[in-house]
Amino acid sequence: MDNSDTISPRDAAWREQLRKSHTAKERMAIPRVKMTELDPAYRVTCNDEVNQGLSEGQAILEATRCLDCPDPQCVTGCPVGINIPGFIKNIEREDFTEAAAVLKETSALPAVCGRVCPQERQCESKCIYNKTKRPPVAIGYLERFAADFAREAARNASSPLPSHDPMAAPTDFRSDADDSTLPARAAANGIKIAVVGSGPASLSFAGDMARKGYSVHVFEALHEIGGVLKYGIPEFRLPNEIVDAEIEQLRAAGVEFTVDCVIGKTLSYDDLLNQGFKGVFVASGAGLPRFMGIPGENYISVMSSNEYLTRVNLMGAGRPGWATPVIRGKKVAVIGGGNTAMDSCRTARRMGADEVYIVYRRSETEMPARVEEVRHAKEEGVKFLTLHNPIEYLADDNGRVRAMRLQQMELGEPDASGRRSPVPVEGAVTEVEVDEVIVSVGVSPNPLIPDSIDGLDVTRRGTLVVNDDTLQTTIPTIFAGGDIVRGGATVILAMGDGRRAAAAMDRKLSAKE
Amino acid sequence: MNRILEKEHFSEKVVKLVVEAPMIARARKPGHFVIVIPNEKGERIPLTIADADINKGTITLVIQAIGPSTTEICAKQPGEYLHDVVGPLGRATDIRNYGTVVCCGGGVGVAPLLPILRAMKAAGNKVISILAARTKDLIILEEQVRESSDEVIIMTDDGSYGNKGLVTNGLEEVINREKVDLVCTIGPAIMMKFVSLLTARYDVPTICSLNTIMVDGTGMCGACRVTVGGKMRFVCVDGPEFDAHQVDFDEMLMRLRSY
Repeated sequence: MDNSDTISPRDAAWREQLRKSHTAKERMAIPRVKMTELDPAYRVTCNDEVNQGLSEGQAILEATRCLDCPDPQCVTGCPVGINIPGFIKNIEREDFTEAAAVLKETSALPAVCGRVCPQERQCESKCIYNKTKRPPVAIGYLERFAADFAREAARNASSPLPSHDPMAAPTDFRSDADDSTLPARAAANGIKIAVVGSGPASLSFAGDMARKGYSVHVFEALHEIGGVLKYGIPEFRLPNEIVDAEIEQLRAAGVEFTVDCVIGKTLSYDDLLNQGFKGVFVASGAGLPRFMGIPGENYISVMSSNEYLTRVNLMGAGRPGWATPVIRGKKVAVIGGGNTAMDSCRTARRMGADEVYIVYRRSETEMPARVEEVRHAKEEGVKFLTLHNPIEYLADDNGRVRAMRLQQMELGEPDASGRRSPVPVEGAVTEVEVDEVIVSVGVSPNPLIPDSIDGLDVTRRGTLVVNDDTLQTTIPTIFAGGDIVRGGATVILAMGDGRRAAAAMDRKLSAKE
Repeated sequence: MNRILEKEHFSEKVVKLVVEAPMIARARKPGHFVIVIPNEKGERIPLTIADADINKGTITLVIQAIGPSTTEICAKQPGEYLHDVVGPLGRATDIRNYGTVVCCGGGVGVAPLLPILRAMKAAGNKVISILAARTKDLIILEEQVRESSDEVIIMTDDGSYGNKGLVTNGLEEVINREKVDLVCTIGPAIMMKFVSLLTARYDVPTICSLNTIMVDGTGMCGACRVTVGGKMRFVCVDGPEFDAHQVDFDEMLMRLRSY
């Protein structure tokens, strides 16, 4: 790998020395670290983060397992190509700050990605340990460790604590200089850039552009910054404080945020041009929840996972003093097998459901959710009805759902996605009593932006058409990334889009191309 | 944070607020709505926009205290703030010269109907407005409606003002009397359902503005879904106005009882 441009190259003297400090045999004899987790019986009673993080000792030992391969395959498994051995070896030599700096070279949100990336399908799936039938280096845990360390260190260094008053002057925030893990910032160039949405794609784009010297303004439709990181992913998997710390860092870097502002509605694209914005990055995210179109889907207590999670995560439903209501079923079915489905079923347990089912039409092998989420859900008592597909919901006289009819499935031939497609087992239909159903079968792109800007081409699926390399849309000043382009992907891919779009927009605006 | 500049009580439970929201005032069109969060821990409440003043940078909201959140909004005083106001949301009314337009407003539904009937009048339509309420005290904005209507018919359930009867009684009389090209109706769902049933019988095109439960109001949660013409539609981004004859009002009425 050519990593000559990184801050911790493989041929650095300290790394060569570190490699010699243990033999490969010694390193491979170390068992993979076990993440400390809250006890399932306790954690379903609260929203506390389940994974407690690694101690310094655990992290150093786990980092020692990494062989610092000459041709590290883990990097090829990372959608944004993080210099994985570079940050891990810094952990081994106990320079955690430098480890975080290596992460920040490539990833805008390492504390987030360390928690929510499907590592077992990405970096960790390529680790050389897999070839020797040993569990891979816990890259995700280590990423989280380094990012958390840097955040805590920056917090302890700053005094007083960063202000959360949105009206406060920017000088109240911790200065960028306090965080030595951030890449250096270019001089301000006075060019105004607008960002639509404040999810992972937007935050990474905003961070990069601010560091390149642009004046960046983020417009968010909701009343909170963070997009899916706030309304979607629950506190027990990704505490809001982690996301807020990233946002504070962006504020410190000069990024401005406006909430309650829907681009295409509150302000039009022309308004942005009139206000002097020279480039716009659209990352408005996923929109309309998909439903299955089966009878009874509009009964009371049948809802999308977006609605359920937004009520609980963003609106505080279920917490004392918060006004937003949420239906708290005792027997809850969650339809789907993705991360959002896992978040929903685990939230339902925390909202007091006695019985929670995952209903998924394929088998567990095909589930798109992270392996850890599936395991956590099972530990928390969620029952898995795999190879079942709902075909109808039944309601009581008031229109409240009371049962679902499930078609049993079996796996047939592989479909276009390469997964074996489920086919109904004739006559095998069962009825299961439920009083709440959460439908988590995906989303369609948000239609607001495509509907409100003339000249933006969309695909048949409603996603924005972009140049694959530059992420430029059919309007030259507008770039786009994340779910509005991909239709439904991961945090890390969205974040990678933000970075690529920032690089491309910078090239365009500084007339380098 | 949006400051409340003026407050007026239309009745005990119905309040008019003039709220600072310059960007919304500039962008809003008849038919649009906003989402309001009364305070930090409040819920997101969809409210239709009754009026706006671009120069003053204000919008006018008319709110009926029916639940805890709307009661809280109605209790706010000038100088106090709404924690969040976001919009304008939804699709604007399709304003054209249709010919004769009958605008049927029930209760606080008259407030969002006002900008629509004004725009219909300005587009050259003959505008007949029917205002309906349970009793005289609940008839709102009559004067402003008169200013932009060729004729105003008042209907009260108890006969305390105007004619005794329902909005549909007044509407049927008009339809029997002259050719009506379009009916616009905003009010309680049950009222819109019966207006729709009536006009379907006479084959008069009718648009209704739906007031479903919403959370985000930007096309994300699906709480506002309704069945229109047999298809699932989202009131916040596909509406709030739909062809009333295609709306499954019974399903909508059921879903309004979710919480």
